Amino acid sequence: MSVIETISLLFIPLFIVFVIVYGIVKKTRVYESFVEGAKQGLTTSFKVMPYVIAFVFAVGLFKAAGGFELITQALKPVLEFLHVPGEVIPLVITRPFSGSAALGILASILKESGADSFAGRVASTIMGSSETIFYTVALYFGSVGITKTRHTVTAALIAEVCCLAASIILCNILF
Amino acid sequence: MINYLWAFMIVAAFIIAVINGKTAELSEAALISVKDAALMCLSLIGAYSLWLGILNIAKKSGLTEKMAKALSRIIRYVFSGIREGSRAISYIALNISANILGMGNAATPFGLKAMQELQALNPDKSKASDAMCMLLVVNSTSIQLLPLTVIALRSAAGAKNPADIVITTFLATIVASITGIASAKILEKRKNKQ
Repeated sequence: MSVIETISLLFIPLFIVFVIVYGIVKKTRVYESFVEGAKQGLTTSFKVMPYVIAFVFAVGLFKAAGGFELITQALKPVLEFLHVPGEVIPLVITRPFSGSAALGILASILKESGADSFAGRVASTIMGSSETIFYTVALYFGSVGITKTRHTVTAALIAEVCCLAASIILCNILF
Repeated sequence: MINYLWAFMIVAAFIIAVINGKTAELSEAALISVKDAALMCLSLIGAYSLWLGILNIAKKSGLTEKMAKALSRIIRYVFSGIREGSRAISYIALNISANILGMGNAATPFGLKAMQELQALNPDKSKASDAMCMLLVVNSTSIQLLPLTVIALRSAAGAKNPADIVITTFLATIVASITGIASAKILEKRKNKQ
């Protein structure tokens, strides 16, 4: 594993150096180009801010009110029937909405059940393999003014369910 | 969709809070969450600027064009309706690569650039095109080589081998990518027929 880790940590600086060296070889004005591109960092960040605020606000309210616990309670019978470990259910529910809230739940699962427990490993796999679907949809579509999202969420959720099933089956086989 | 989801979360939060007797927590949660969101965006300015700067060098030197040429066929197969030579191809390729390598801070600016290009090609500006839906699905189901945050958290929690979930995560994301792309393809064909 440490080989993959080293390669991946080396990749970012290597990629940057490669792009700059390639630019110099092709006689590009690298410094001016960098600055010109970097200007968009500020505008991009400001452009997405209202969408991020709107979404995080709604999730924050819902979380504070205990909304995720309520959905967890409602979906628990179904998910337990599908052999999802009980401890992991709150993580599964929260993950598509908020990365930081899901990370907090993962930390508490690792603490209470143990990092090397079955639930701990399933939870880690789910955290690593799934995304904050609703947040990404709100951000990407919001930034260009799309309101009709068509089949995006359906397809993403189908994949999420398959990914969840795969996580549980894989942890059963490999650990 | 986003409209209803957003309104639902807020209205439901209020109703649930009244039932749970947690109305006092609501206003505090509202203020803290918007502050966190604003701070997060501000803290991302640096990373966004870095990656958009590097991207611009790659663009000016012709590197993105080269990359787009090499990956044109496969990307245009998965993302329908993109013309040969469109800038969207290299942005999508960079967005996917950054996601796979776990560089979320780079994936977002590349993805947003790709979204702008796709919106320029989109005939109905309020309705997502097939390619836009696919970009979102690909971003939600990306293959993950190294989930660094999770490994760090497991290490802090005293796991014997914190990285032992790398293989399960990798395989699970392959399942997610395949099922995600396949469902999006099937759904886009079905909806286009109607």
